[in-house]
Amino acid sequence: MIALHLPALQVVLPLLAAPLCALVRRGTVAWAITLIASWAAFAAAIGLLLRVLDEGIISYEMGGWAPPIGIEYRVDLINVFVLLVVSGVGAVIVPYARKSIAARFGSTEQAWFYTMYLLALTGLLGVTITGDAFNIFVFLEISSLASYVMIAMGRDRRCLTAAYQYLIMGTVGATFIVIGVGLLWAMTGTLNLYDLAQRIPEIQNTRPVLAALAFLTVGISLKLALFPLHLWLPNAYAFAPSVTSAFLAGTATKVAIYLFLRFFYTVFGGEGFFVTTPLPEILLLLSLVAMFAASIVAVFQSNVKRMLAYSSVAQIGFITLGISYATETGLTGAMTHIFNHAIMKAGLFLLIGNVLYQLGSVKIEDMAGIGRKMPITMAGFVALGLSLLGTPGTVGFISKWYLGLAAVEQGQWWLVALIVIASLVTMIYIGRVVEVAYFREPTAQVSQLREAPPALLVPAFVLVGAAFYFGVETSLSVGLAQQAASLLLNAAY
Amino acid sequence: MVAAVFGVIRAHNLFVVVMMGGIYSFLMATVMVALDAVDVAMTEAAVGAGMSTVLMLAVLGLVKTREAPLRHSPVIPLIVCLLTGGALIYGTIDLPPFGRADNPQNQHVAPYYLENAKKETGAPNVVTAVLASYRGYDTLGEVTVIFTGGIGVLVLLTAVRRRGEGDATMMRDTIILRVVVKLLLPVILLFALYVQFHGDYGPGGGFQAGVAAAAAIILYGMIFGVMAARAVVPQRVVHTLIPLGVLIFAGTGVAGLLLDANYLDYSPLGSSQKAGQHLGILIVEAGVFVTVASTMLAIFYAFGGRAEDALADDETDKPDDWRRE
Repeated sequence: MIALHLPALQVVLPLLAAPLCALVRRGTVAWAITLIASWAAFAAAIGLLLRVLDEGIISYEMGGWAPPIGIEYRVDLINVFVLLVVSGVGAVIVPYARKSIAARFGSTEQAWFYTMYLLALTGLLGVTITGDAFNIFVFLEISSLASYVMIAMGRDRRCLTAAYQYLIMGTVGATFIVIGVGLLWAMTGTLNLYDLAQRIPEIQNTRPVLAALAFLTVGISLKLALFPLHLWLPNAYAFAPSVTSAFLAGTATKVAIYLFLRFFYTVFGGEGFFVTTPLPEILLLLSLVAMFAASIVAVFQSNVKRMLAYSSVAQIGFITLGISYATETGLTGAMTHIFNHAIMKAGLFLLIGNVLYQLGSVKIEDMAGIGRKMPITMAGFVALGLSLLGTPGTVGFISKWYLGLAAVEQGQWWLVALIVIASLVTMIYIGRVVEVAYFREPTAQVSQLREAPPALLVPAFVLVGAAFYFGVETSLSVGLAQQAASLLLNAAY
Repeated sequence: MVAAVFGVIRAHNLFVVVMMGGIYSFLMATVMVALDAVDVAMTEAAVGAGMSTVLMLAVLGLVKTREAPLRHSPVIPLIVCLLTGGALIYGTIDLPPFGRADNPQNQHVAPYYLENAKKETGAPNVVTAVLASYRGYDTLGEVTVIFTGGIGVLVLLTAVRRRGEGDATMMRDTIILRVVVKLLLPVILLFALYVQFHGDYGPGGGFQAGVAAAAAIILYGMIFGVMAARAVVPQRVVHTLIPLGVLIFAGTGVAGLLLDANYLDYSPLGSSQKAGQHLGILIVEAGVFVTVASTMLAIFYAFGGRAEDALADDETDKPDDWRRE
């Protein structure tokens, strides 16, 4: 029975756990509930992956009403891949959250934090798994609202402005998405994605459908922080609690990228449509600007968390670069980087969270000599940093290999050169942290530091381990990404 | 409505802006009535014109009522707005004409709902059938959105205050208001219950009823003081009810799972499909009511509580309990 209802359980388990956390109002109990629910969601994602590999697309009828009358959950290789990433990151972070959150909040606030965490997880999983356009909007709202609150619970008062800015930008994005969905509904009379994909090709070039596509594109691009719509991201990630930054950096933008792919490829009919729009060229340009501009800005940040946030904008540029090729290898690179970047950036934010936990600051000048006092944390940071810039043997290399390969396939060697140069800029900003952490004399404050407790180290090092494991063993990440890419191009759903 | 919008843009006094916003919402509700969307109109009137106006006023009690002067040139935002508006108009030009029977949206799933809703769910009000059963999962999502918003406000506001339980009312010495409110209260509450339970048959349901019930208590709180309202419905109870409503709704879905049906399938709850659906709709609407009403109250208490604190001791900048280093 459980296998049969896995699609519903995937989302409903964290959804049920969230109000439970708010009911018990005790930090420790809420944390235990969150731990169970998030790992159960991860298990559900693995179970779904096995089922999809075994039997192909799974359709689940919510409320027992057949689509398009009712809401359908539709799981294929594309979204089960994203489910795996989101629930995996969500599960690994919860053990870390215990100490990090308990250090700062009272019992009730802790319970509320976990409520929000579960709601954000619920929303993101719900957006990914659903086969219904309006349902996407509803669950996007759940995850967004919960994210705003999780950001506003930061230590620095500036987190409030950051959350408010994200709230305004995110709401504009959501409104644009709902306008797009509304126009599609007016033209087709259906909200079901599969049904839309059947009906849209014949009315593809009518004005309302094109306007719908424009609104969806801008709305989703806001959510995925595509340059220049990324302005909400740096402050939000910089001033949010470490747990929030790690979770959102690993999941939220990834789900938005999935939505982008789903609408362009599945709903609007595969490669054939995407390449007729001017979007590949625009996306290529914006991706390149993001890769360089955001990386260069990252170099000049004095707050290391803010530096990592700008790095996220640049890395999203790498992902959208892969999408802009509109080829199987390009999409494989993009999907693989969704997986790989989630691991790397979540890990980096957790490790810098250790520094914040012990030192109380993440200003780069305060971190002088910290490599000697917190050797394990900083070793992990360097390892993930190496991965981020694409050292062979790490996940970062795998992503960039496929992104480069896709460029070579099209004979665009200059793009390969640009990818390499962008990686060199990554080296500069990671190198700055390494230089300060290892080659400077510890300040008085740093010399009294001790290594972070194991509860904070272990979850972070699970991600560090994953960054190296999947850097060698690529059958899961690249293998699935490749199959998903071919499904996307053929608009199979 | 156009006049109201320009009023909002021109006015620099935020009190005027809030009032204009309320007028706009109320006019929008009448437009909804004209479009025969009575359920939506009720929601818009209750939430848009009523509740959000009241909450905005509560916020104005805490901040200055004059607009801050602009620091940026408004030219670029204006261009972006014009472009967006242009795209929207461009997109609507070729939309099928309003209200024609052969429009795509009236051809596909809509006729199915109209024909089968009563037969399959036992609810004569098709809107309720779609909302609570056919697309009940969306409604569960919406209730969760409200739950998220409610807890979010609590996180941001009540985490900050724990002292200075003074009492202040927004309108203390107005005997006429006191008497009128006392007379109105039972009527509003009764109306809320009617809207709740009549939702199956006519316009209404958990959302509208929840807002109406909360409005009654909020009205009481505005006239007699938030402390008096808290004595009627204690804050602790409210904080328990917010998640409880979501649990009722989501739990009904689990009951379906346990009875060997899909999630949120109410049919096995009763002896026949129709009976099961009917019972299911009744339960989930109750869940909606509980979460909506308690969330509205919690937000009001949170804002009202802050206003009282501000009056009780004139200290404006309070350190947050949890933001202290």
